Amino acid sequence: MKTLSAALPLAAFLLLAAAPRRDESAAVIFARVPEKASAKSNPLANDSDASKAGEKLFAKHCAACHGENAEGARRGPALHLAAVQQATPGEIFWILTNGVVRRGMPAWSKLPEPQRWQIVTWLKSLP
Amino acid sequence: MNRLLLLFLIGASPALFAQESPYVVTYDHHLEEPGNLEVEYFSTYGAQQAGNDFHAYWLEFEYGATAWWTTEFYVDGQTTFRDSTLFTGFRWENRFRPLRAEHFINPLLYIEYENISEADKIVKEVEGHDVAGDHGESNALLRTGHNHELEFKLILSKDFKGWNFAVNPLATKNLSPSNPWEFGYAVGLSHPLALKASPDPCTFCPENFIAGVELYGGLGDTQSFGLHETSHYLAPALAWNLPSGWTVRLSPGFGLNDNSHRLLLRWELSREFSGVSEMILSLFGGRR
Repeated sequence: MKTLSAALPLAAFLLLAAAPRRDESAAVIFARVPEKASAKSNPLANDSDASKAGEKLFAKHCAACHGENAEGARRGPALHLAAVQQATPGEIFWILTNGVVRRGMPAWSKLPEPQRWQIVTWLKSLP
Repeated sequence: MNRLLLLFLIGASPALFAQESPYVVTYDHHLEEPGNLEVEYFSTYGAQQAGNDFHAYWLEFEYGATAWWTTEFYVDGQTTFRDSTLFTGFRWENRFRPLRAEHFINPLLYIEYENISEADKIVKEVEGHDVAGDHGESNALLRTGHNHELEFKLILSKDFKGWNFAVNPLATKNLSPSNPWEFGYAVGLSHPLALKASPDPCTFCPENFIAGVELYGGLGDTQSFGLHETSHYLAPALAWNLPSGWTVRLSPGFGLNDNSHRLLLRWELSREFSGVSEMILSLFGGRR
């Protein structure tokens, strides 16, 4: 019982601390990307399968937060936004790799680099 | 009633197609996605050199509280052949990511509280002077001893060209004051069988498989630090991330010295569910 009474306030504190900050716009987030990363070009830009594979990967890993067609959902913004579509492939790749941890988006570095580029290829093909 | 409803909702929630590493003992720096719940069943078959072989198992609930905090709850049990079956205790584990972005080496902080009996045989980590002989006594004798422990790990992990390399030094303190700090380590290396995803959905595509190897063992304690009377294992591992949302892991661990079990054969089945936090909120009248 003692353990439980000590653990509950700790859990409450951590839950409060965990509340994501939602006051940053997409432009602010992209502005954080280092110049060298922004300038990176997509090595799979000319791969005819990359967009289709990216769509499959998006459905597997991203759609739960961003919506099936990247239209946005409760937990993640739409990715048809001008700020996203105007971003360079390198910027999107960097955000995908590093996440926006304080806003609730995890780092996706666990996906191999080519798979992250496949997702970028599909995102850049969105209307 | 609420519990039944929760189980129903979890059953009805969409499964995610996770990209799980093959590690059983080692941790890399990738946390559970926020709001997701992963339910895992692990089994360990242990070949005992003196005493009866055993089958130890645990059920694990891993929840992504935020993008920088994952919390897990475990319940452990074991069956020792020609002896008995026991519930052996529970663990509460937390992993924290202190840095926002990816770095050359990515650190994570790990803290776990364990309330387990000495009959616990899941060998989720090896620490101090843990040796195979500890599991050779009868369950009736082992269950009389209880451990309340805090365990700390520094998880250091690096992804490079599809490879993951992770090192986990660990320190454990039994909360009874007379016990010393115990130390151990785990090291893992893994790589998917293919780096690019195929354009079509498939079950047996090489990108669905991740192969790896783990090395783990004890490093003694504050009274006798080092490799003397410690056990060590080398374990190849394979994870298969199925398109249906399930993950299967298999890892035969081979003892590297006379203090180790000859074989720790481990297998695991897990499934990840998204949007669990919204469902829990909706149970209590919040918006989904």
